[in-house]
Amino acid sequence: MAFDRSEVEKVAHLARLHISDAEADEVTSRITDILELIDKMQSVDTDSVEPLAHPLDVKQRVRPDQVTETDRREQLQKLAPEAESGLYLVPKVIE
Amino acid sequence: MIEKTAAELASALNNGEISSVELTQAYLDRISAHNEQLNAFITVCEESALNQAKAADEKRANGDSTPLLGVPMAHKDIFCTEGVTTSCGSRMLHNFIAPYNATVVENFNAAGAVMLGKTNMDEFAMGSSNETSFFGPVRNPWDLERVPGGSSGGSAAAIAADLCGMATGTDTGGSIRQPAAFCGITGFKPSYGRVSRWGMIAFASSLDQAGPICKSAEDAALMTNVMAGLDIKDSTSADIATEDYTAQLGQSLEGIKIGIPKQHFAEGLSTGVEQSIRDALAEYEKLGATLKEIDLPNNHLSVSAYYVVAPAEASANLSRYDGVRYGYRCENPVDLEDMYKRTRSEGFGDEVKRRIMVGTYALSAGFYDAYYRKAQKIRRLIKNDFDAAFKDVDVVIGPTSPHTAFKLGAKTDPVAMYLEDIYTIAVNLAGLPGISIPAGMSDGLPIGMHIVGNDFAESRVLNVAHQFQLATDWHKQKPDLSGAGS
Amino acid sequence: MEWETVIGLEVHVSLSTKSKLFSGTASEFGADPNTQANIFDLAMPGTLPVFNEEALRMAVKFGLAIDAEIGKRSVFDRKNYFYPDLPKGYQVTQLDFPTVGKGSLTINLEDGSERVIGVTRAHIEENAGKSLHEDFHGMSGIDLNRAGEPLLEIVSEPEIRNAKEAVAYLKKLHSIVRYLDISDAIMAQGSMRCDVNVSIRPKGETELGTRTEIKNINSFRFVEKAINSEVQRQQDVIEDGGRVVQETRRYDADRDETFSMRSKEFANDYRYFPEPDLLPVEIDDDYIDAVRATLPELPDARKTRFAADYGLSEYDAGVLTATREMAEYFESVAKDSGDAKLTANWVMGDLQALLNKNDWTIDQSPIQADRLATLIARIKDNTISGKIAKTVFETMIEDSAGVDEIIEKQGLKQVTDSGAIEKLVDEVIANNPDQVQQFKDGKEQVLGYLVGQAMKLSQGKANPGQVNQLLREKMQ
Repeated sequence: MAFDRSEVEKVAHLARLHISDAEADEVTSRITDILELIDKMQSVDTDSVEPLAHPLDVKQRVRPDQVTETDRREQLQKLAPEAESGLYLVPKVIE
Repeated sequence: MIEKTAAELASALNNGEISSVELTQAYLDRISAHNEQLNAFITVCEESALNQAKAADEKRANGDSTPLLGVPMAHKDIFCTEGVTTSCGSRMLHNFIAPYNATVVENFNAAGAVMLGKTNMDEFAMGSSNETSFFGPVRNPWDLERVPGGSSGGSAAAIAADLCGMATGTDTGGSIRQPAAFCGITGFKPSYGRVSRWGMIAFASSLDQAGPICKSAEDAALMTNVMAGLDIKDSTSADIATEDYTAQLGQSLEGIKIGIPKQHFAEGLSTGVEQSIRDALAEYEKLGATLKEIDLPNNHLSVSAYYVVAPAEASANLSRYDGVRYGYRCENPVDLEDMYKRTRSEGFGDEVKRRIMVGTYALSAGFYDAYYRKAQKIRRLIKNDFDAAFKDVDVVIGPTSPHTAFKLGAKTDPVAMYLEDIYTIAVNLAGLPGISIPAGMSDGLPIGMHIVGNDFAESRVLNVAHQFQLATDWHKQKPDLSGAGS
Repeated sequence: MEWETVIGLEVHVSLSTKSKLFSGTASEFGADPNTQANIFDLAMPGTLPVFNEEALRMAVKFGLAIDAEIGKRSVFDRKNYFYPDLPKGYQVTQLDFPTVGKGSLTINLEDGSERVIGVTRAHIEENAGKSLHEDFHGMSGIDLNRAGEPLLEIVSEPEIRNAKEAVAYLKKLHSIVRYLDISDAIMAQGSMRCDVNVSIRPKGETELGTRTEIKNINSFRFVEKAINSEVQRQQDVIEDGGRVVQETRRYDADRDETFSMRSKEFANDYRYFPEPDLLPVEIDDDYIDAVRATLPELPDARKTRFAADYGLSEYDAGVLTATREMAEYFESVAKDSGDAKLTANWVMGDLQALLNKNDWTIDQSPIQADRLATLIARIKDNTISGKIAKTVFETMIEDSAGVDEIIEKQGLKQVTDSGAIEKLVDEVIANNPDQVQQFKDGKEQVLGYLVGQAMKLSQGKANPGQVNQLLREKMQ
């Protein structure tokens, strides 16, 4: 599958990464190499194979509906790049 | 004293040969003497370490003889440690002071271990050489021009250079075992689900597993006793009874069947490594084991499948680093999109970005079946290969890495770097326990032997490693740091 | 050309668990910003989800209530997108294996008819937080209290044909989740939200037209208006020779029109994949049966029972069971007062008018069930007349005193003392000789006038039956 610069741009946007023009060629060629490595998979017929999402073949545990956490806003917001009035601040969200 | 194994340190502490405070100070001195060259630690917690040591000494004086009480250790900087910077080797989290402890950290605290500090690592555990760390590469104590392996390179180098008594690591595709091999020490990845992932910063959720990085298989067993167990905070933590992982360490290997995967002795394996592993296998025969060649026909696809599954999961796991609630944020973002893109582009290094891109692409519309679903099917085939093998053999043994530690900067091509993990990756895809132990030297550099067991056969893997260490002294070889220290 | 409208609804219902879907953080409405946002909810590195069993139980309950297939193995997936109110950068949801599969519900239309609407699925997912757009030096504020709250997204088949049906469908869903007590389902508070997919096609056509999605409508009334306005817009577009673009639109209630939400350069690509931090959720028949055993009486069943037990019309029974609170209110009043018919009239008449006028829910009514029951009982035992009862009712809105106390205080008690009534009757006969004569001459209808005069004289307090009887006797 061809991976070109327009794909790089699209994927970078989906991943919210900025790829500069200077980097774009190298990124494209590196990822093309990686995809080539990945494409070795295509040589095997797996039509009848059941996918394995997880090495653990067990079911999900549930927890009781109990409140176990307490309010730690003051402490946790100290980690934030920008917070005010109990809110995390970000550049204006335009909907 | 500092060169001793954790088990030996524990008995020295018990016998009153040394106090935990003295021992801790000795390691702190060793760190200040050698960390500048090795760059193994990102953070050293001198004061809290000495406090913990003091508390441990008091407990011991009051009759507490918990096995690892007062033994100084290091945690890979991927484990959240409350009140201590937890960077994951990234600029993104260079200022992140974790507000809680990982379960692994809690467990070691409860066992009375002393935390000396946090070790360097490849950024977000993505790398096989420790060169992707925001805090600079770690150097291999055996040769400062060489890499220690990765991603748990800081922990491996710290153990090899006796900067701590034991350390933790994490292994997604070989990140405990490969650096253990490169640094001539013991590194154990338990079965997926054996050790809680709560508080361990995620790279690839279905592959990540924490484990010991230490000086002997016996230490690995002692550490596994502390680390293993069900944790309700981690839905993928296994509800399978733990055992005393030291209990089977005395068992004879008489009659045990060792599988030798022909794919692990094929093209690409260096002759020095091959010779050492074949010698080690001969040693096992002397110990009563029988060898049997086995076939892992899909092993050659493991790297390909891994480089879909791991980046795909990582691409989502790393979306939380957006500069909103913690960690790095770019200067003066003009709008939301600019904040996201610059924060992430400046906060992540090249390899991390590359993997996010690959994972994003593999999951994107139109490619899911060809990549992600296909990789999961290959994953099934790889698991089936092991299931078939373990019908005939008790453990599978081969080299951990195709060669010994390479030079810093030698591998600039990502694909070449990815192929470093050709022998270890399949074990993560299948979720099996695997250990790397020193099994020889080539040109002054250590060689690692890889021992893999069936699901939750931790005890057997540890004993097979331990019996080898009883019969050989490769694990006792130490690098000469006399020229490297100040 | 004659057009047919095709509507499908995606309704998000906030499940009323005590804690969040995957963390032990409280999940109350209206807390101070980010006081219900803990390490997992903030997507701190290394945190992991653990599934709330109550959310599962509630989803299964809903599935059983709409007679749906229950997914014995449901799988959580990650839906990836960046937004500041989505801390992990992905929403955990269920894509291919939802907890609730195909089911259906019956909607009741204003003309009394019914239609069955298919429900495609209902899946469990996490809510997002909230962006506050008040100005913080040109920035937005993010409140993550809601982030990670459990939602049930209920997806209908595209079988709804007009705005009124859509509203009827929403009301039925609302009623069911309230009966099940799995959600507050208050649209104004966001605990019930609705996205509407609308398309049109020439009548008789079987292929679906291009649809647009109208996001986040927050009242039943706006759902109706938004659909009507969007259908009109689509007709205009097509009839003008254009074509409808598949896109997300927003309804602006002030302008009563929908408008396109800015679409980014690249379309959304959510890159769903199975959530590796969670394992498949498996439930068995025993679990399902145990949940089934806890199902309460549902609106349709209660409607049938009300009609049978209380002798109500289909229509009245439908109105009175539309919400669980209304049904419970009615039933309590009917039982305590001993007169279901009269209760139905009062609840659907004066009480409903009062609620409508003030935009109150039944829970907010100043006339509690026990007080209305007493009021009706006083009509039955002739303490007051129906007319006086209306005065008492008005007083009860402002005065929280007991019904008997109000009647006593205001001297509204009906006069049944025969001596007092005789005095009244005598006075009326004396004052109206002409009418008395007309009655005696056989003009029966004059009696009503005379009774009215007596009632007026008593300020409405005389027992009309007694007045009537005594007048007759005296004029013989």
